[in-house]
Amino acid sequence: MATATFRIWRGEKGQGKFQDYTTEVSTGMVVLDAVHQIQAEHAGDLAVRWNCKAGKCGSCSAEINGMPKLMCMTRLNSLPLDQPVTVEPMKAFPHMRDLVTDVSWNYKVKQRIPKFQPRKPDAEDGTWRIAPEDVERVQEFRKCIECYLCQDVCHVLRDHQMHEQFIGPRFLVFAAALEMHPLDVGDRVEELRKQFGIGLCNITKCCTKVCPEGITITDNAIIPLKELVVDRYFDPLSKLFRVFSHTKA
Amino acid sequence: MAEYITHEHDVVIIGAGGAGLRAAVEASAAGARVAVITKSLLGKAHTVMAEGGVAAAMGNVDDRDSWRVHFADTMRGGQYLNNWRMAELHAKEAPDRVRELEAWGALFDRTSDGRILQRNFGGHRYPRLAHVGDRTGLEMIRTLQDHGIHLGLDVFMEYTIVKLLTHGDRIAGAFGYDRERGRFHLFRGKAVVLATGGIGRAYKITSNSWEYSGDGHALAYHAGASLVDMEFVQFHPTGMIWPPSVRGILVTEGVRGEGGVLRNRNNERFMFKDIPPLYVNQTADSEEEGWRYTQGDKNARRPPELLTRDHVARCIRTEVREGRGSPHGGVFLDIAWTKEKLPNAAEHIKKKLPSMYHQFKQLADIDITQEPMEVGPTTHYMMGGVRVNADSQMSEVPGLFAAGECAAGLHGANRLGGNSLSDLLVFGQRAGEYAAGFAKENSLGAIDTQELASAEKWALRAFEHNGSENPYGVQHKLQDTMQDLVGIVRQEQEMQQALERIRELRTASDAVGVDGNREYNSGWHTALDLYNLLTVSEIVTRAALERKESRGAHFRDDFPAKDDQAGKFNIVARKGPNGEVQLTREPIPPMREDLQRTIEEMK
Ligand SMILES: Cc1cc2nc3c(=O)[nH]c(=O)nc-3n(C[C@H](O)[C@H](O)[C@H](O)COP(=O)(O)OP(=O)(O)OC[C@H]3O[C@@H](n4cnc5c(N)ncnc54)[C@H](O)[C@@H]3O)c2cc1C
Ligand code: SF4
Ligand code: SF4
Ligand code: FES
Repeated sequence: MATATFRIWRGEKGQGKFQDYTTEVSTGMVVLDAVHQIQAEHAGDLAVRWNCKAGKCGSCSAEINGMPKLMCMTRLNSLPLDQPVTVEPMKAFPHMRDLVTDVSWNYKVKQRIPKFQPRKPDAEDGTWRIAPEDVERVQEFRKCIECYLCQDVCHVLRDHQMHEQFIGPRFLVFAAALEMHPLDVGDRVEELRKQFGIGLCNITKCCTKVCPEGITITDNAIIPLKELVVDRYFDPLSKLFRVFSHTKA
Repeated sequence: MAEYITHEHDVVIIGAGGAGLRAAVEASAAGARVAVITKSLLGKAHTVMAEGGVAAAMGNVDDRDSWRVHFADTMRGGQYLNNWRMAELHAKEAPDRVRELEAWGALFDRTSDGRILQRNFGGHRYPRLAHVGDRTGLEMIRTLQDHGIHLGLDVFMEYTIVKLLTHGDRIAGAFGYDRERGRFHLFRGKAVVLATGGIGRAYKITSNSWEYSGDGHALAYHAGASLVDMEFVQFHPTGMIWPPSVRGILVTEGVRGEGGVLRNRNNERFMFKDIPPLYVNQTADSEEEGWRYTQGDKNARRPPELLTRDHVARCIRTEVREGRGSPHGGVFLDIAWTKEKLPNAAEHIKKKLPSMYHQFKQLADIDITQEPMEVGPTTHYMMGGVRVNADSQMSEVPGLFAAGECAAGLHGANRLGGNSLSDLLVFGQRAGEYAAGFAKENSLGAIDTQELASAEKWALRAFEHNGSENPYGVQHKLQDTMQDLVGIVRQEQEMQQALERIRELRTASDAVGVDGNREYNSGWHTALDLYNLLTVSEIVTRAALERKESRGAHFRDDFPAKDDQAGKFNIVARKGPNGEVQLTREPIPPMREDLQRTIEEMK
């Protein structure tokens, strides 16, 4: 049987080194399979997160040959196996151990975003009527599996470490899902501008490129939110209009 | 007791899937201080993987539906071993539980008049599953999670509970470790809710993740609670089978609900060959009628592909056994054929089943809009679990509650698709409410420090052994054993052999050694999980030996028929005085008359 070499980052709290492991590979294998095999054969204490093994839970994020990816959805036949495959933890978050990083910052950010606020129910029985098209408009954002690969690749977080000032693409998608939710009457525009740092995004689109769910983060979520902010703060006419209208964008 | 980091709450919830989160929301609304503990990160529990939908008789698509029909369907699916009171509560309350999610931000697919759309699923008489494409579970868990984080819950992510603590006969708390540092923690609680999910990791081919090591089942059992219906393990008929590394990953029943059909290598719709008597009146006579059903024709009956999972799984196994299988040992599931019927079939499939489309495209190089998939049975769901009071979800240990997959009763011998997500909501809510109530009326139970010290010593023993047995190796052997000997088709001799092997593996597990330190050490975690896996595997096997008939998910080669006498009792397992498994056959209480009538009317 064929074998391949995996160059895996081993260590704790940012200290560590790459270690090479050679293991058998077979048809259809993904990187996570290889990591599990290595765990069972050579490195019992190798730390790695995973759950669904089907691209649904967003647990197994890592950098494979330098690219932010889900290990469970990266087929070995998409990688050159004549050279070692490097597998490293994400870089935008504090390192814990081996392939595992501390992503708790993301959970704290989410808590800061004003929650869903529905309009009054449409029907007597407390339910709403929503047109299928209105649901469809936001479904794209709701596909997010919270893998945080987009956060990992965004230079504002990764290189400039501006975690205090910027919520990152994942949470701009989240804010967009709320802002465009057909029932939501909340308003997050001021926070977007002041606390969430939407202005720090300079539309490099790196986030969109790595999203395993194919969410068009920049064009469909961030740019419309930026427009909302611009309309609110820099366009007096629309500001006036808002006073008279209860519908939101 | 200073050595352990101690946390005190009114209600300690173990598990952050649908059941745990729903319970947390409820308990916190009742004013309780709540801890939620989860082995993974928040939002990654199994619930996130659920695809097809959540069953609730809202009647949005077919107004003939009602809680009565849902109740009768659930009982029929469970072959009447269900706890009928749970089935009643579930059918009645599911619609409100689903609507309430919408008030918290969930967005289900819609009907043309703007209400929640419902789809067909196996064993459900009318279109009943509220859904969001094929990622319903994601929508559900995210909604509960995003609602929950604003309620002041204390969430402990990547913590694993290894022991429940009791004081006298009642619950006092839970003991566990955090993955990151490997430190031990004591959770004191006036009430404890188990919401830990299933046991699928006991099998080799499974749709379940590493988390499903039967922790809640084993924790409750060792704390003195009873387990019931443990012989009923659901094998989902359609898991992926090729390539080998994806074997077991689920292919949602939604594929069949949308018109997908099963064929053998001779291109035959083999499901038409064998239709169980309980379902003859409800099953289509022709392929044409079956197709019309999937397209919403109210006068058509369901195609045989949408019979219950136990039956479909066994039919597939028979095809393969008798040499009519697909190249890699399964059968074909074909949705691409709908292009003969629908002008825009490919688009329709991608819209209705987007994650299936991607799953096959990315993992198997198959375009499901153009070619058939190869599928075969995969271990999927545990009907058996902690025996609870139907109304309160409290186990036989006062203050210990259970909800969701780790509790039992609702599904009987076989669960209908979609009835799990609704189970989580209905009984998660109830568990949360009653646990908060219990916490109001009781104070914290005392903790036995001796017990903690011995639990710690036990948990750390693997570090003292010098790698004599590899934890992954023992786990793999156990998975092979259960797969080969206590699988879809069972018989006495093989199961006796399984018990023998489980005994050997228990000895091996006592000698398991691990390398490295306590920080995020997967080997150590696997070693600890073995204990629970072995506990539940033994109980499943013993209960399966005890049920000498075939019913629902439990099929015995040596007793292939249903036995009316055996339909009158549940098998209950308790831990005996010497640590042995004690089984009793406990009669099912007679059903309330109005419910009996309902069942008669729906036949
Ligand atoms: C692929 C797939 C598709 C499915 N599709 C459907 C569907 O369409 N419709 C449907 O109704 N059902 C479906 N099911 C079944 C359904 O998803 C599950 O039964 C259900 O989600 C279980 O929910 P739960 O809340 O009981 O447990 P889970 O969601 O699994 O949560 C268990 C929680 O307990 C925690 N836990 C476990 N042990 C411990 C411990 N020792 N210490 C601390 N925490 C612990 C875990 O970390 C996790 O947070 C599907 C299942 C799978 C696998
Ligand atoms: S587009 Fe904006 S959010 Fe996305 S990676 Fe670039 S800077 Fe970051
Ligand atoms: S938006 Fe995409 S990349 Fe970012 S967390 Fe969600 S799924 Fe992952
Ligand atoms: S394991 Fe769930 S996304 Fe990879």
